Amino acid sequence: MAGRDITASGSRATDGRPRLEAVSPRYGEKAIFALLALCAAISVATTLAIVISLIVPSIGFFGEVPFADFLFGTDWAPTFADATFGVLPIVVGTLTVTAWALLVAIPVGLLTAIYMAEYAPTRVRRVVKPVLEVLEGMPTVAIGLFALYFARPLLEDIFPFLPWGGPFAVGVAGIAVGLMIVPLVSSVADDAMRSVPAGLREGAYALGATKMKVSARVVFPAAISGIVAAIVLAASRAIGETMVVLLAAGATPQLVAPWDFTESIQTMTAFIGTTATGDIATGTITYDTIFAVGALLFVMTLAMNMLAIRLVRRFREVYE
Amino acid sequence: MTQETEITPMTEPQPEPPAHDALSEAAADPAAQRGVETHVVPEHRERKGGKTDAVFHIDGVGVSYSGKPAVRDVTFDIAENEITALIGPSGCGKSTLLRCLNRMNDLIPGCEVSGHVGFHGEDLYGPRVDPVRVRTLIGMVFQKPNPFPKSIYDNIAFGPRVLGVKGDLDEIVERALRRGALWDDVKDRLKDNAYGMSGGQQQRLCIARCLAIEPDVILMDEPCSALDPISTGKIEDLMLELKERYSIVIVTHNMQQAARVSDKTAFFTVELSEEEHRVGRVVEFDDTEKVFTNPADPRTEAYVTGKVG
Repeated sequence: MAGRDITASGSRATDGRPRLEAVSPRYGEKAIFALLALCAAISVATTLAIVISLIVPSIGFFGEVPFADFLFGTDWAPTFADATFGVLPIVVGTLTVTAWALLVAIPVGLLTAIYMAEYAPTRVRRVVKPVLEVLEGMPTVAIGLFALYFARPLLEDIFPFLPWGGPFAVGVAGIAVGLMIVPLVSSVADDAMRSVPAGLREGAYALGATKMKVSARVVFPAAISGIVAAIVLAASRAIGETMVVLLAAGATPQLVAPWDFTESIQTMTAFIGTTATGDIATGTITYDTIFAVGALLFVMTLAMNMLAIRLVRRFREVYE
Repeated sequence: MTQETEITPMTEPQPEPPAHDALSEAAADPAAQRGVETHVVPEHRERKGGKTDAVFHIDGVGVSYSGKPAVRDVTFDIAENEITALIGPSGCGKSTLLRCLNRMNDLIPGCEVSGHVGFHGEDLYGPRVDPVRVRTLIGMVFQKPNPFPKSIYDNIAFGPRVLGVKGDLDEIVERALRRGALWDDVKDRLKDNAYGMSGGQQQRLCIARCLAIEPDVILMDEPCSALDPISTGKIEDLMLELKERYSIVIVTHNMQQAARVSDKTAFFTVELSEEEHRVGRVVEFDDTEKVFTNPADPRTEAYVTGKVG
């Protein structure tokens, strides 16, 4: 018999045949597997719990308020003695803030991303990237204060002809939210563009394309799915943003046109925030209202994410 | 262009010809370059006629990356309407040298080129030369087929569109695909994504894509190394067809390929410099037949007969 160990443990089976069974039962491996699965289950369970906690009070709400009155009513005064539940003013308020935010964040964020991915020398990248990350991690309450006490007076000085009223302005809140989400847009889009294979860039350069043409016609379209993802993430963040709009947009649930930059409005999140922190009794219609608004907010972001997935499928340029 | 240059491995630096050349005109007047560029080169070539004109005059060229030399002292001429093969072991600087010829090396930070590269007598690295313009005259095909994730049509049309070429785009696309020997394969599916093609077709698409902007020279960086033998054969046939109109420089690891298609061969090798860097240099440059059957240098002989490398 040749003196060659076949088995992993080094012990040879007595009859000289190779031992193919596992040396140990490997409990550690099973424990790790269970732990990982448990962690994954926690987020699924949390999501389910949130959805259920939104749906149950909402059902109670729609038992008292007709669905159409809620969705298409233009008068929002749920906490008044003579309550009305037309959600449209705060939906429009939310969408207005989001629109202003995206109007700032999409161009600034994407141009930043193109600069970072295609133009910036390594030295600049090394400085700008961390700065953007700091901005990304800025507490939203600080951004709200910045909007209220710095941005608003500044904008009033620059555009004195606008009908400035009280301290709150939907446009200021929107721009502040937009600046807040610029780093989110730019870093996700930057990653998407940097992961476009170098070979595609080289191919375009070799055809006499300038840097701008390479960026705009090859890299940008090839990275479009990541770029759409960046925008959707940013939009979701803008829709869900509470603190900045609470501080800078006010709490006036009035239906104003999206271009009324200086009007005070209330967003869905701001309504939930102020109402839930006030004294409301469980089981009342006011209590159910905040869940109905929360559920609607959830449906809105869900719809947007689904739309984004479709858009990505439609426009994606698959490389490999 | 006045001088006639004999193709010999080691020529003296040529005197600068009168500056009447596509390159200098474009550099002097960048605004004028867009509309006319597809016509400049063919006229230019007709004017020159004969087969022995040098497209590239490479004289004492060295390339270093962040101060580390990669290749040095390269001197030879690349002739018009010929296929010039650059062969040699890995790391000998063949691709590096190739990328000097259309200034792709400019895109690599820290890359420096010394010596003189003449393109039809013009200094390719002259102060007024625009590398973007250079690349419209000197096309390149890469090791890995790199079609854009767009339709076959849009791949071919990319160059003309980017350069703002006037004219019937359909016609330009068809002509490029015909010259790239791809028209019959793809004429019914021009709107399909290029990624649905086989590797060999993708590479021929990349060749056709570069033909669409009517370059003067095509540089090929191991164009067949990712392809099967049948696709390789098709591309070699295509190269032999293309050399009627274009000058071709090919880097290859496949010595049979160099022997099959090229007219001239430059054999590179790697040496250790005084600072212990591995630096490439040219050992021998001659007619392909001579390099493969009767090489002057024993190192070339050892390499081409398979004794080393």
